[in-house]
Amino acid sequence: MVLVGAVLVWSAYVRLAHVPAYILPTPAAVLRSLVVDRDLLVPSLAWTTLGALAGFMASAIVGILIAVLLSASAVLRRAFYPYTVFFQTVPIIAIAPMLLFWLGWGLLPVAVCAFIVSVFPVIANTLAGLLSTDPALSDLFRLYDARPIATLWKLRLPSALPNIFTGLRIAAGLAVIGTIVAEFLVGMLIGGVGLGVRIQSAIHESRTELAFAAMLLASLLGLAMFGAVNLAGHLALRRWHASEM
Amino acid sequence: MQGTQSTLTPTGIGIEARGICRAFDNGVVALDGLDLHVAPGEFVSILGPSGCGKSTLLRLIANLDRPQAGTISLTTPDESRRTPGRSDVAYVFQDAHLLPWRKVLDNVALPLELMHVDRSTRLESSRQAIAQVGLADAADRYPNQLSGGMRMRVSLARAMVTRPRLLLLDEPFAALDEITRQRLDEQLRDLWASVGMTVVFVTHSTGEAIFLAQRAVVLSSRPGRIVEDHSIALPAERPASIRGTPEFAREARVIYDALEGGNA
Repeated sequence: MVLVGAVLVWSAYVRLAHVPAYILPTPAAVLRSLVVDRDLLVPSLAWTTLGALAGFMASAIVGILIAVLLSASAVLRRAFYPYTVFFQTVPIIAIAPMLLFWLGWGLLPVAVCAFIVSVFPVIANTLAGLLSTDPALSDLFRLYDARPIATLWKLRLPSALPNIFTGLRIAAGLAVIGTIVAEFLVGMLIGGVGLGVRIQSAIHESRTELAFAAMLLASLLGLAMFGAVNLAGHLALRRWHASEM
Repeated sequence: MQGTQSTLTPTGIGIEARGICRAFDNGVVALDGLDLHVAPGEFVSILGPSGCGKSTLLRLIANLDRPQAGTISLTTPDESRRTPGRSDVAYVFQDAHLLPWRKVLDNVALPLELMHVDRSTRLESSRQAIAQVGLADAADRYPNQLSGGMRMRVSLARAMVTRPRLLLLDEPFAALDEITRQRLDEQLRDLWASVGMTVVFVTHSTGEAIFLAQRAVVLSSRPGRIVEDHSIALPAERPASIRGTPEFAREARVIYDALEGGNA
């Protein structure tokens, strides 16, 4: 209902205020562009999806690994955890061109951008989960001389799953943003054809409705990835965690 | 099912604790030179005011914690001073502490899983332990689908699945209602009567301690020292109705006086 209302207001405003198309296109124009320009938009969507997925997967795997390592020792944590925050705070605007220099062509610099932007929430949330294991259960595992790997796999990681999924939910959206930003900044230089590139060239050519269409697709991609993580979380937790029951 | 307890039980492990001292980083001295002897197959209850070191003592016996001074050794009747294996000692906590993402069957099988017992054997043992506490129907349920009393019985089954020769319980039934608690006490006593393992049961409840144990050890307030080590003068066969007898009340008086004295 909210969505329909917003679209109607948008449409009415553009008409009544005689807003030029290159500043704010009507919803109808955007939808038309989706169809008319699909030869440009579909490959763009595919490219961005690949970059975002690659970056997200890397965030998930590396992020969880780093959190597991940090959870093992307070010394390691004090030494390294503060530096992981750099992942979050590094200005991606500056980093993206440098990645281009270091990593060259294609999908890799874009995926690395997505990774840098989305990995910290995975680390922070996973670590919080791993550090809040039930002490009595830890005692129980110690009582039966469980090896550290067994304790990690059978107790600490399952116990941290709700936190891990929280981190992944945040990372999903950020990965898409990181991909788009990287494409926007350097995409054309590295021969990319992602949605970020499409947005930039559309603005250059004053084809605002195409830019909006690409932005819409980017948002939907973010929504889809978020939805997928949400679904995975629901399936994993629905039998036993209050948040999904 | 009531059984008589034989005096010589080959299955239980004995405990020999001498001069146990345990202080914590924050300066709290939980135990200061405590001695405790538990014979194989004995059922001992430990009482004392809050914070007197009962739980600390139990953790030390379980080797979950190390004393600063003193020794604790577990002995088997056949060879003294041989350290029994990990599967010989089991611990039941104040709350059930089950793994919420596993079904009851897999929760009870956990100790065997950690000891690398193969799957079919451990599931079979798990089913037996679950049946022993009367929860055969609940084997495929998740902990969140069980009541508090049922979860505690699962915790008990998990402790029994390795056929332990020493069972340590830390106020396991304290969070349950009176009826459930008494029923679980009776079940535990039946279990002990049929298996014959050594049991050390920490409790706040005088009535529970007297109903369950052959011997009640009362600790003073911190640092915990033994103020009373009393053999319960009640018959080996204890039906539920024994709680209402004058003999029971007499024993309660002894323990209660010791608790008051140690709390001064």
